[in-house]
Amino acid sequence: MSAMTTSERRNTATPPTGPSRKRNSLAKGKLPKWAVPAVAGGSIILGAAGSTLTGFNVATFAIYSAVIFLVAASVATTVVEGKRRGKNATWTYLIYASFILALIPLASVLYTVLEKGLPGMNMHFLFSSMNGITGAVDNQTVENGTPVLGGAYHALMGTLLITLWATVISVPVGMLTAIYLVEYGKNGPLARAITFFVDVMTGIPSIVAGLFAAAFFGLLLGPNSRMGIVAAVALSVLMIPTVVRSTEEMLKIVPNELREASYALGVRRWRTILKVVIPTAISGIASGVTLAIARVIGETAPILVTAGIASNINLNVFANWMSTLPTFIYYQIMTPTSPTNVDPSIQRAWAAALLLILMVMALNLAARLIAKLFAPKKGR
Amino acid sequence: MTTNALTSKSSTSGRAGDKIFSGAALGAGVLILITLFAVAVFLLIQALPTFMADPADISGGAGFLSYIWPIVVGTVIAAAIALLIATPVGLGVALFISHFAPRRIAGPLGYVIDLLAAIPSVIYGAWGYMVLAPALVPGYDWLARNLGFIPIFEGPASQTGKTMLTAGIVLAVMVLPIITSLSREIFLQTPKLHEEAALALGATRWEMITTAVLPFARPGIISATMLGLGRALGETMAVALVLSTGNLIPSLIKSGNQTIAAEIALNFPEAFGLRLAELIAAGLVLFLITLVVNMIARAIIARHKEFSGAN
Amino acid sequence: MKLNRLGSAAAVLSVAALALTACGSDNPTGAAGASASGETPAANAAVSGTLTGIGASSQKSAMEAWITGFKAENPQANVQYSPDGSGAGRKAFLAGGAQFAGSDAYLKPEEAEEAKQVCGPDGAFNVPAYVSPIAVAFNLDGVDELNLDAGTIAKIFKKEITTWNDEAIAKQNPEATLPDTAITVVHRNDESGTTENFVEYLKAAAGDVWTYEVSGDWPSDIQSENAKGTSGVVSTTGSTDGAITYADFSAVGDLSTVNVKVGDEYTKISAEAAAKALETATPVEGAAENDLALDLERDTTEAGTYPIVLLSYHIFCTTYKDQATVDLVKAFGNYAVSAEGQKTASDSAGNAPLSASMEEKAAAAIDSITVAK
Repeated sequence: MSAMTTSERRNTATPPTGPSRKRNSLAKGKLPKWAVPAVAGGSIILGAAGSTLTGFNVATFAIYSAVIFLVAASVATTVVEGKRRGKNATWTYLIYASFILALIPLASVLYTVLEKGLPGMNMHFLFSSMNGITGAVDNQTVENGTPVLGGAYHALMGTLLITLWATVISVPVGMLTAIYLVEYGKNGPLARAITFFVDVMTGIPSIVAGLFAAAFFGLLLGPNSRMGIVAAVALSVLMIPTVVRSTEEMLKIVPNELREASYALGVRRWRTILKVVIPTAISGIASGVTLAIARVIGETAPILVTAGIASNINLNVFANWMSTLPTFIYYQIMTPTSPTNVDPSIQRAWAAALLLILMVMALNLAARLIAKLFAPKKGR
Repeated sequence: MTTNALTSKSSTSGRAGDKIFSGAALGAGVLILITLFAVAVFLLIQALPTFMADPADISGGAGFLSYIWPIVVGTVIAAAIALLIATPVGLGVALFISHFAPRRIAGPLGYVIDLLAAIPSVIYGAWGYMVLAPALVPGYDWLARNLGFIPIFEGPASQTGKTMLTAGIVLAVMVLPIITSLSREIFLQTPKLHEEAALALGATRWEMITTAVLPFARPGIISATMLGLGRALGETMAVALVLSTGNLIPSLIKSGNQTIAAEIALNFPEAFGLRLAELIAAGLVLFLITLVVNMIARAIIARHKEFSGAN
Repeated sequence: MKLNRLGSAAAVLSVAALALTACGSDNPTGAAGASASGETPAANAAVSGTLTGIGASSQKSAMEAWITGFKAENPQANVQYSPDGSGAGRKAFLAGGAQFAGSDAYLKPEEAEEAKQVCGPDGAFNVPAYVSPIAVAFNLDGVDELNLDAGTIAKIFKKEITTWNDEAIAKQNPEATLPDTAITVVHRNDESGTTENFVEYLKAAAGDVWTYEVSGDWPSDIQSENAKGTSGVVSTTGSTDGAITYADFSAVGDLSTVNVKVGDEYTKISAEAAAKALETATPVEGAAENDLALDLERDTTEAGTYPIVLLSYHIFCTTYKDQATVDLVKAFGNYAVSAEGQKTASDSAGNAPLSASMEEKAAAAIDSITVAK
């Protein structure tokens, strides 16, 4: 509070002509540069004081300080710079606050994964399967204090292959559908129906998608035909709506002027779409596809009923069971290899989680690279 | 060079290309409809025994409606908490990245947020019950002491922190990257001219956002929220791990309540016969909820169509 | 230009993928060529083929040990087991999607009837394969052991007794210093065989208190804390002072366990006491002669018996369609119930091995499997 009053005094003192300031909003007073840090400092002190009153704790301290700062800084700006700028300041601080608020849990999740995942991350973990690892092996590991044996290579390969096949199925279908909706459908009854049902599809519980794929392949190939490709189909059911939805949004905001310019040059519609519309939107589409892959790469339930679980390496999606990283994590946490000594299993689970995140990171980079290669140069 | 190739080719192979391309696009759309129809038929056939069975045989012994009603309410509450938290925060983060943060750090930030969408729900669940739930216990105690007169904060608070509110917060964290990622892309696509025009007229940054960015992005924001809602409604593993399930109760800080997706996940492995049909029927109900929610969202978007570039 | 760049990127990626594929090792323990150097395989020579089982997750750890041991003796054979759950396992088995099922409950009469469609006129049969005592485990500062009778346990889990220094508890534990901590009951929120066996015990031994129906679902009238899976209840109990739960003995870790009153004595939980519960069990009425389904006597008064036991079965068909499958099923089924198989499993999973006489009966039942006519 004291910071605010001083800044106000300083402000009213410095400008040469008081009354003229009020008429011209452009020339209106501005908070000096040190004012905001000062208010921040003041709120931290007050927040600490307030928190100590009820028994100090980091959470209340942070909350009190943030609220005091938000109010003080907004009021200061409103008083000195006017109502409109005050509102601007309030919202700016709110947006910064929401950003910080969002970072807390996300950072906590990342920290948890790093802290628990890093110890188990080594070459042995990356390049060996769980074949032959039993509870007895884990018990020995704990007794002798030797490094944890067994890795996630089989699950890593399973994730890569199943996700690859799911992407191969869903990206063409999803993108073509989005193109139909935006470029051809033009709000006809069919396009409206597709848009609507794509939205409904986002609400399919993942386990239902898995059961559906299992039942579908069961009809074709006999009961309980579990293999990689069945899982890929189940994941596609979950992935397609995300691809359609994000691609559609991105295509919609491509300005019509670009399409018209292309038509005016005598370019056919399909080439306009392929050469003008999609490249303009490619960055958003790539990000949407990545998001869709990210959405399904962590799915557990549908994989369990479609691809089974394996502890050995299987690189063929058309035969035998497969594990993926999420199913590996799930079973290592829920039913540890050795119930008496769960630590090796927990360590493997978190290391696998870290591995999964690293994989998505690489995927994201690749998507960005693709977007960069295709996107037209822009002024942004 | 590109332009030349475009014009010369399109005159010869163009007509056929156009046909094939539009046919493929149409085919893809129809394929989706067929798939969804097949899923619906599959669900209906599997769920049918539930509706034909004697009400006394259904779990709870009072028919399907009284079985499903509490968990429908639970699902809606969980998703509502998640969206109430995630939508404003997510939009704030998206705006921060697109219009406030310095260019140099905006890119990496967006990248990190995208990554978080990929963390498997098992991990969010494990984080939720190992890290978040215990951390929230003092907060719940405080709520029960000071705001306990409001039914949703009625005490005594759970001592494990595994409550509906915790589940909602975990869902919010899971949904946040989805909302942020999509709306950020849309904010970035706001026509530069509109933004500059607003600023040139003397608008502050916030006024520019309300007059140029938000109206342009509104349908996209709703889409992003709907995608997030889809995930919040259908999320199984995180809720199953975080929530201490039970009967429907108004208090959000006591153990209790249940969501459809978690009910399915928790009981499916041991389910048999009629119980299995019940769970599939519950899945069907979840499907219907999404349908209704989407109808509402569609109606809202339809009113703001004029802002879309393609129309 | 662009295509070129993309092409080279794709090339690099695929080379990297290939390199990665070549690097994986399927032998993380570094065991020398399976058991080729070890003891000679069983007399019936090595079998080959792939056997699929689906079923209870309780057996997962033991199953991993069985599969590893079995594969070491029969390098040509492969067994895959998916711990989807007992219900899912029986369903897949009855649909012909798995050659055997692992189940925490024996086939119900209507399921046994249905089994005749896939298994031939004699249907399917149950073989006990996995026995695990269920501990009543608690986390209470300063108390390492408690003696409780069935009625008190039932009242605690029914939330009729709400503090640890309640008279009913104190009376049975005169030596223990009991704090006035509130009791937090933690139960499984997923349907499970562990819950079913535990409430079956409560119902049989304290029927006047425990009036709920026996099922794998916790009675919905009792609202208390809960968590998913054995690891979930154990960690929730471990992090809450004054919490009590029930869980597989092998998984309770640092938690203290309750000695359960049987007859006039309190029995401490142990593998031997659990195996004894099988001895007092009675065969299920109306079962076929080689069907070893058992009804455990939960209210037994025989001293030294620990009555809260999870008994998990392997369910096989009486006939399979060809000789190769019959050989494979017999070889694996026999291995699992053999003394060696039981020992391997208990080394890994910490469960209780079957008694010698039960092993014999099980082996005889499995040997009766034949090719369908």
